[in-house]
Parts: sequence; C-alpha cells; structure tokens
Amino acid sequence: MDYAIEVKNLSKQFGSLRAVDDVSFNVARGEVLGFLGPNGAGKSTTMKMIAGFLEPTHGTVSLCGYDVLTDPISLKKKLGYLPEGAPAYGEMTPLTFLNFIADIRGLKGRYRKERIIDVVEKIHIEGVLHQSIDTLSKGFKRRVGMAQAILHDPDVLIMDEPTDGLDPNQKHEVRTLIQNMAKDKAIIISTHILEEVDAVCDRAIIISKGQLLFNGTPTELIAKSKFHNAVSLLINTNQSGAAKLALLNLPSVKAVEIEEQPMGMSQLLVIPTNAMSIAGTVSSLVNNNGWGVEQLRVEAGRVDEVFRDITIGSVKKLTEPEHLS
Amino acid sequence: MNNISAIFKRELRAYFSTPVAYVFIVIFLFLTGIFTFYIGGFYESNQADLTPFFSFHPWLYLFLIPAISMRLWSEERKTGTIELLMTLPVSLAEAVVGKYLAAWCFTAIALALTFPIWITVNYLGEPDNTVIFVSYIGSLLMAGGFLAIGSCISALTKNQVIAFVVSVVICFAFILSGFPLVLDFFSSWAPQPILDAISSFSFLSHFNSIMKGVIDIRDIIFFASLISLWLYLNTLAIDSNKAR
Repeated sequence: MDYAIEVKNLSKQFGSLRAVDDVSFNVARGEVLGFLGPNGAGKSTTMKMIAGFLEPTHGTVSLCGYDVLTDPISLKKKLGYLPEGAPAYGEMTPLTFLNFIADIRGLKGRYRKERIIDVVEKIHIEGVLHQSIDTLSKGFKRRVGMAQAILHDPDVLIMDEPTDGLDPNQKHEVRTLIQNMAKDKAIIISTHILEEVDAVCDRAIIISKGQLLFNGTPTELIAKSKFHNAVSLLINTNQSGAAKLALLNLPSVKAVEIEEQPMGMSQLLVIPTNAMSIAGTVSSLVNNNGWGVEQLRVEAGRVDEVFRDITIGSVKKLTEPEHLS
Repeated sequence: MNNISAIFKRELRAYFSTPVAYVFIVIFLFLTGIFTFYIGGFYESNQADLTPFFSFHPWLYLFLIPAISMRLWSEERKTGTIELLMTLPVSLAEAVVGKYLAAWCFTAIALALTFPIWITVNYLGEPDNTVIFVSYIGSLLMAGGFLAIGSCISALTKNQVIAFVVSVVICFAFILSGFPLVLDFFSSWAPQPILDAISSFSFLSHFNSIMKGVIDIRDIIFFASLISLWLYLNTLAIDSNKAR
C-alpha cells in the first residue's frame, strides 16, 4: 500500500537525552492519526522532524514519496503544518499573513483568491481579518495558524495540539473541520485530550519517553481496558450480596465491584475475563433470579485508564535498568 | 527568487507596521543633523562638501545598525515563528537573504531621507556631486557590512539585548581593526601577515578611501565578501540553534 506519510526508525538525541527512540509508523491518505502521549513524551519533537524543522539523528521520514533529508523543499510543498502554540507574525493581520503564506506557496490569480476566501470561511476568521494578530484571543490565533496550514490544500496535514486552548464549541468546530478534510488527506494531530481520539481519529499512536507503545484503532485501544465489555448493574442493596456471589460463579466473570448508591441501591460492576462479551449471560441470570435491576449497561472501557496503564508502565520499564546498573 | 521577494516584502512591511521604523528614521536623521552641523562643523569648514556628514556614519551605524539587526532572528526564535518559516517550502539561504535585504533596504530608505543635507550643500556652494554620490554608496555598503554581522549574531540568541550588545562590540572591532586599540591585542603573538590581514578588515579605512570619491574595486570586494561570509555564518548559526 502507498502511504502518504512514512516514518521509519526515527530517533532524536538531544545531548544525553533520547527524545525520540526508534519510532516507526505509516499514515495512509484518508486517515486521521491521533498522536497521544504525556507531556514531554516526544510528540512535538517527532512532529518537528516529520515537518522537516529538526533533522533526525537516525531514521527517515518521507511524505508523498519525498524524503525529508534529500528533498526537503518538495516535502514541505506537500505539507501543511501547525506548530505547537500556533506561532504567527504578531504585527501582521490575518489577511496580510495569509497573503504572505500564499506568496510563499506560490498561489496565483483566481485560485489564490478562492483559496483565501474558502479558508477564511471554513475557519471563521472573517470578523478579525484586519486586526493585528497580536491583539487576537488564543482561540483566534490558533485558527489563524490552522488557516495558514490548510491554505494550499496540502496532501499531508500535521497539527500539533490544534484544539489546545479552545472552548468546547470551538473544539467541536475544529474536529468537524478535520473530519471534513480527512477524505483525501493524510492527517496527524497530537493531543492529550483522550476523547478527541475517539471523536476524530481512525488510528491512535501512544508514545512515552520517546518510544512507540501503541499503534492501533481507538476501538483496539479501548479494548485494552479491563473495563472493556464490563456490565454495570443498578440493583437493590439487599440483593447485591447474593447477586455478587451468583455472578462470580459464572466462568466468564473475573471480578465484581460493588459501590453503594443512594436510595438503597448498589452499583455492581461485572468485569469479564479476557474482555468477553457477557451482557447476555448476565441479563439472563438477572431474569432467572428475579432481581430488582433498574439499569443494565455495557461499558465500552476507559481510555484514560488504558492511557495511564500504557504510559506509566513504560516509565517503570525504562527506569528499572538504571537501578540495576 | 519568488521566496526571497515574499520574505523581503513581509519583512520590510513589518518595519513600517510597528513604530520601529519611524522612531529609527527620526533618530537617525536627528543624529546625522547634530553630528554634521554641531560636531562636524559643517558651516565653519567653509567647504562645499559633505565630509562632516559622512565621516560620522561609522559611529552612528555602530549603535543604530545593531538596533535594527538585533530582532532579525532572535525575535523569530523567541516567538517560535522560525518553526513556521522553516517548515514553509523556503530554503535557509532564501530566508536569510530575504530578511537581510529587507533590513538593508530599510537602512537605504533612512539614508535616502538625509537628502535635505545634499540640497543644502548644493544651495550653499558647488560641491562635487560625484564624490557625494560615491560616498552614499560607500555608506550603504558599510551599513550592509554591519547588518550582516548583526544578523548573524541575532541568530545566536533569543535575547535581543544580548544580540545588540554583542553586535556593537564586534562592529566596533571591525571599525577599528586597523588601529592600535585592536592591533595591540594581536601584535604580541600574531605574525605580520595576520596583522596586515586584520588591519585590512578596518571598515574605517575602506570607508575613508571611498569617501574620497573613488570606488576602488578592492573596497567593493571587501564589503561584498564580508557580507557573504557573515550571511553564510548566519545560516550555520540558525541551523545549529533553531531547536533551542
């Protein structure tokens, strides 16, 4: 398969710090890749190398077949990039700024005009076009940065925390925008908002301490949760003890957690072995015993918990050798 | 070429969309006036030439040029726009040259605005206008040299104050490199050819020879190669410092 973004064995060394360690992944056209990781994990460094701002210590990056080391200019022509914090020339207005980018991108004539109008409408910066960027709010600054990145309708779009500092409505808008552009582009967004991955990404990557720890779909990510396919029941407290025993007798149930709720109810969280689907068995057990169950819900899983497991696990793994030496 | 001109236009526009340009031009014109008429003794010399005007240019530039050049790259690094600029399809050399030319063009505008002095001297007497024209060219070349140094230094730091101070010191050394102040520092240990080379770097002696009204090809080569060298160092400085 032909990938729009190919990253092979990418590493970056800053002095004694290995900021990115042997990271490889591909992104196809039409795919949105979510880049996850704790702060300082190497997300931005990786993106800066893909965008051709930093030279990799080892490894290769190619976008649409252009290599970052041998043909950086062709690579950058294919790329729209929103750096972390959306830097822009503060004394310019969004309009003069976009015109400058259009100059550099070599956009001409009617197409240039159309692109500028189109982007301004899409990103909703009509109201601030003639105000200097320095005086804009954080949300608008970020939008100007996005407008700049998509002005030339690039094949590859890389955005470092595009929704950081936006209010919930703006976040929603940006996500819709990304989804609308996704059809014919390869997109990478970095974020530490986990629900964003579920909302816009086809695939997620988690890196921590510079290492790639997970590469799969959001569904696969959630499936790693021990709460994946767990069933939660709201049940009368006086029946909860018996129910717990009966549930634990099922071979497909690993554990049951009880949490007292108000009004004499209890919440039972039934955790399956190996994330098996247990909703059917549990509900027939409920019917057979005639328990007073008010609510029965299948849990998808908790991304934040998976994220913590993956990233904190890696921290331990990495620090162990140091103790030994 | 297209990229250089896009960066050049953006950069030159930036000077005039902030008070920097106006403050600089007003102060430059004010100081050239003071130096020419009060300290240079323009009237007292009773000569229809602009020597009192031009002879203070190296000293004016010593402080005013680093004030222009200090922001060239350190500001890009401080605000992070360098990451934006370097991920656009622009080569490093194009970015350096575009920004440099904008700064040089800006000093040319400031220098051109001293034309009332030229009108004055033509009104008062009959000066040799060729000498004056050549001196303007020489002054502009010298400003270009200072700017190239300042541009390179500003790529080494995010701090504009540091960029300013270091640039002033290096420019000062280049003005006086033919004089004992600088030469004594080297004369105890460096062999004669090196001393000769150092003293030939003196902006002052090259500018003084141009001010006589003759443009020697060696003076042109001197400034052209000096500017090229510092701009080349500028690209290296950006490359090795941009990540920090």
